[in-house]
Amino acid sequence: MKMISENVWEIPREGKMRVPARIFASDILMEKIKADKSLLQVKNVAALPGIQKFSLAMPDAHQGYGFSIGGVAAFDMDEGIISPGGVGYDINCSVRLLRTDMMEDDISSKRKQLLEELSKEVPAGVGRSSKMRLSREELDEVLSTGAKWAVKKGYGTVKDLKHIEEGGSMQGRPDKVSDLAKKRGMPQIGTLGAGNHFLEMQKVDKIFMPEVAERFGITKPGQVMVMIHCGSRGLGHQVASDYIRAMENKFGISHLPDRELINAPISSELGQDYYHAMSAAANFGFANKQMITHWVRQCFDKVFGSNENMDTVYEVCHNIAKMEQHMIDGEKKKLCVHRKGATRSFGPGKEEVPEDYRDLGQPVIIPGSMGTASYLLVGTKKAEEISFGSTAHGAGRVASRSEALRTVRGEQVKKELKQKGIEVWGHSSKGLAEEAPQFYKDVDEVVRVSDALGIGKMVARVVPLAVLKG
Amino acid sequence: MKFKFFDHTADIKFQAYGSSKEEAFKNAALALTEFIIEEDIKAVQEKTIEVEGMDEKQLLYSWLEQFLILLDTEGFLLSTIEELKIDGNKLKAKVKGDSAENYKLTGDAKAITYHDMEITHDDGWMVQVVIDI
Repeated sequence: MKMISENVWEIPREGKMRVPARIFASDILMEKIKADKSLLQVKNVAALPGIQKFSLAMPDAHQGYGFSIGGVAAFDMDEGIISPGGVGYDINCSVRLLRTDMMEDDISSKRKQLLEELSKEVPAGVGRSSKMRLSREELDEVLSTGAKWAVKKGYGTVKDLKHIEEGGSMQGRPDKVSDLAKKRGMPQIGTLGAGNHFLEMQKVDKIFMPEVAERFGITKPGQVMVMIHCGSRGLGHQVASDYIRAMENKFGISHLPDRELINAPISSELGQDYYHAMSAAANFGFANKQMITHWVRQCFDKVFGSNENMDTVYEVCHNIAKMEQHMIDGEKKKLCVHRKGATRSFGPGKEEVPEDYRDLGQPVIIPGSMGTASYLLVGTKKAEEISFGSTAHGAGRVASRSEALRTVRGEQVKKELKQKGIEVWGHSSKGLAEEAPQFYKDVDEVVRVSDALGIGKMVARVVPLAVLKG
Repeated sequence: MKFKFFDHTADIKFQAYGSSKEEAFKNAALALTEFIIEEDIKAVQEKTIEVEGMDEKQLLYSWLEQFLILLDTEGFLLSTIEELKIDGNKLKAKVKGDSAENYKLTGDAKAITYHDMEITHDDGWMVQVVIDI
């Protein structure tokens, strides 16, 4: 591996690699990336048919299944492949950021009450089901139209849709989603889930680009924001499993260096079916967050007497495959871009960027771990040039969950966070211990590298005030 | 020892053991359940599970996945495995358990993976599985 320039490392083509691999990391981050199988996984991806330019790893890369987390790879539409392993089991795991007109002082004395209300309204935790029961017809509509369905049902507004990637609706086809996946999804619409998913009240800590921040709805330090991080729940997990199995049965596994890299040609029937099922699962994820957004607004109204101007700043997908135009050898080309634990970071002018922000670039939301800072960035032309318009997605774990459980107790984590001024509501003490901030990478360093490289520029830093965990 | 958990950065890894493949598969299901919930589960409902796989690993994957599906769709938690037969690439089992409504779950298993999956046998059988959480 050689260093090409500051924060850019390259593994030249060797063996079965069709393209070189590039890793965007500082020395500190590279030490951590080297400690697991991420680099091997980035090289394996470089050997997949139809891959373009580079197999990439973002600054928060760590070991995943097949593809590394933080992995980005773009494939030719005719010769290339689409892989469930390049998307991940939690299809359309994504992050939404809401702004408010409130300041820290307006909410600080009522944070506990707010968390209590939120925990009643937003089902969270393992095995917690939805408050609503969808019929099969309704679920199919969710899968076809995503957040649009939720808005039609009275959850949030059309204005929200404009600030979601893909307008909150991809080309989902319910007929490509198995009955089993639908059965898993039906009781889970509008639930947060567990694990690393959260709903967090935050305050703006620092503003780096005041003019851009203002356009994104952020005006001053202390302003209250709300961040929602969750995915497509059991429905998405089942879509991934179903298509992994279908692709194995159709194409076999003997040609794969890692079974989790199973894939299908994009142009094949199975490849197309997966894309449409994945899009349907993504729609489920969009609808999910749209409903949660609505309940958050209701809770703010109940507790503070107002939810005025609680607008969606943006929602980014960070486990997804999309068809996008990118420049290859000086020519515009349609590609299938996989982002697995990576965020799209398009610069100004791209038609995918909502009209409100098109002259600025796409908002990029990078959540930290529980109790640490999160960031709002803006996408760049540089990202389009060097990373297929992508940057990091979060912090990434550094220690195992079992190590976490051996080292800390949930109650202790809650107490420590409280001392830092962060109120926590967790459904499981074990969950709180597992997700304690010391077991994650430093999100500040991840974002610093993204900013230094220019693949996502820092707009504002936010810190938590109150967290609802599954 | 029926099973053992290992350190794995972003997920959960376990090995399950048995004197036969059937026993190792049984213990793998119990390990998965142990991750989801540490409490003892009552054996009050019975279910029959039938799965197929193109090979041994897919069979193991499909078998374990059944418990995630049963939990999400029917709220079923595993207590005991009364019977388990593997015939080539087919598995049939009779299991008992209880409704999840009566318990507080602590582990969220998203999916079974093939990552580092191993099925070995010399003196006894060992299966190794990583769960995405």
